[in-house]
Amino acid sequence: MLSELKTRLGGTVIAWREKSQKRHYVEVSPVDIVAVTGIMFKDMGARFQIATGADTRDAIEVLYHWAFDTYGCVVTIVVRLDRANPELDSISGLCKGAEWIEREMWELLGIKFRNHPDMRHLLLSDDWPEGKFPLRKDYSRAN
Amino acid sequence: MSKKTTIVPIGPYHPLQEEPEFFKLHVEGERVVHIDIELGYNHRGIEKISEAKTFEQAVLLVERICGICSTSHPFACVQAVEDAGDVEVPVRALYIRSLIGELERIHSHLLWLGLAGHFIGFNTVWMWVWRYRESVLDVFELISGNRNHYAMFKPGGVRRDIRNEDIPAIRRMLKGLDGPIKLFRDAIVQDPVIHARLKGVGTLTRQQIIDYAAVGPTARASGVDIDVRRDHPHAAYDKVEWKVITAQNGDVFDKAVVRIGELFESMKIVEQCIDWLEKSPGSIDANPGQIKAGEGIGHYEAPRGEVIHYIRSDGGNRAVRHKIRAPSYVNIATNRESVIGQSVSDATIILAAVDPCYCCTERMAAVDAANGRRVLSGDDLIRLSREKTEEIRRELGLPGPELALEKALRRLG
Repeated sequence: MLSELKTRLGGTVIAWREKSQKRHYVEVSPVDIVAVTGIMFKDMGARFQIATGADTRDAIEVLYHWAFDTYGCVVTIVVRLDRANPELDSISGLCKGAEWIEREMWELLGIKFRNHPDMRHLLLSDDWPEGKFPLRKDYSRAN
Repeated sequence: MSKKTTIVPIGPYHPLQEEPEFFKLHVEGERVVHIDIELGYNHRGIEKISEAKTFEQAVLLVERICGICSTSHPFACVQAVEDAGDVEVPVRALYIRSLIGELERIHSHLLWLGLAGHFIGFNTVWMWVWRYRESVLDVFELISGNRNHYAMFKPGGVRRDIRNEDIPAIRRMLKGLDGPIKLFRDAIVQDPVIHARLKGVGTLTRQQIIDYAAVGPTARASGVDIDVRRDHPHAAYDKVEWKVITAQNGDVFDKAVVRIGELFESMKIVEQCIDWLEKSPGSIDANPGQIKAGEGIGHYEAPRGEVIHYIRSDGGNRAVRHKIRAPSYVNIATNRESVIGQSVSDATIILAAVDPCYCCTERMAAVDAANGRRVLSGDDLIRLSREKTEEIRRELGLPGPELALEKALRRLG
């Protein structure tokens, strides 16, 4: 299965890190995220578990965790976004299961998801101050 | 019921006040045409808090995400930490983990069964099921000191051992449950009133499950054969005999059937675990030191479906990122499909069918689709649900499962 996946992903793979047989972390370019999602979800039939947004010092990362239940492994697709302007295409058009987590990653980390069908607050109140993203490392409750 | 524009006063709240409903059903007459799902009322910022806790503290923190499936989060969390740190857990701890997890599944599914009974008007079923559930909570109190929040998990193993002198009590509990659960199963699965009430209600297709990435009994009831315990073996699940329960129709009835079937499988697993534990002493804690820098994913089949934790460590004693996704997060979204076009008297049981991990009954309301004014409160919706069962009982001229069930349960003593 992994060799089929590697073949299908082809040149979109920037780096492939196999932590163990069950855990793979595959970095791709943000511009390829919709195509890669199509490969994972439609071609390979993986199950979307969730996406993790993470603020690091030099980038904002989005990790998409995909389960291959028949093979007992998780392949995580990683994209790194510019911290100053983190933008990414929404994958919810392909995978409805991603709709809510993209809303959550926007409101907690400030990632803009292009073409999201219903971008609005999920967890935070509607009057949450703009531009304040709680999961950012430089978030401060002080104004 | 004609198209309503009257506002029904609800409880202590002013009827015109903007009440933030969790589930706001838009109705035209009796049909649900739209649903608003508003999340976030219980958002406590746990992922952020976890960054300020040590790994061991984080396990106790995440246990409090949920009261009913409280051990599921620690289960996934410790596995994420162990995945990141390449920690090997002693086998006795693996068996104890599965024991705790399955005991929890039993009382969680019993809770749901009772609630489902309550929502469709069988309060006797509710009370009896919860009475038997008490025996599981008593076992938890015996082995962990608590009826909920057992604090059994730690990275590297478990915090408490299971004493051999406590095992007979667990066996007695299993024995005491077996007869009644078989009665509940037969009463529910064979009753024509329940059939008429729950079959074909709130159906989710296989494709909808896949599109929404739904998990757990919600998915398995629609024939999607996934279960983290089997698919991604961990703890003792690949060391004991048990099977995954699925159904094909994806309606509320099938979701009940799946959960009832899982009760028996869980009891089987518990029995095998205590048989093994009784004769296999050993270490219960690998006592890992530092968790090296890296990342880990831990997932587990909570009663409601897959719970997944992702942890990133920088070699320190706390996570720099801790992502948590409970099963209800993906399952609740399926309500956008399962409740649309259905009757408002089925709304309560459909929303309850994914077994959402909180009490949603105060958080439901129905509004007129034309003008958004609230027409039915959560209590009204439950009342309508019960009235529908009454109607079916009358139409069929049948009593429903309660009287026969109660007689049989009393005979068991």
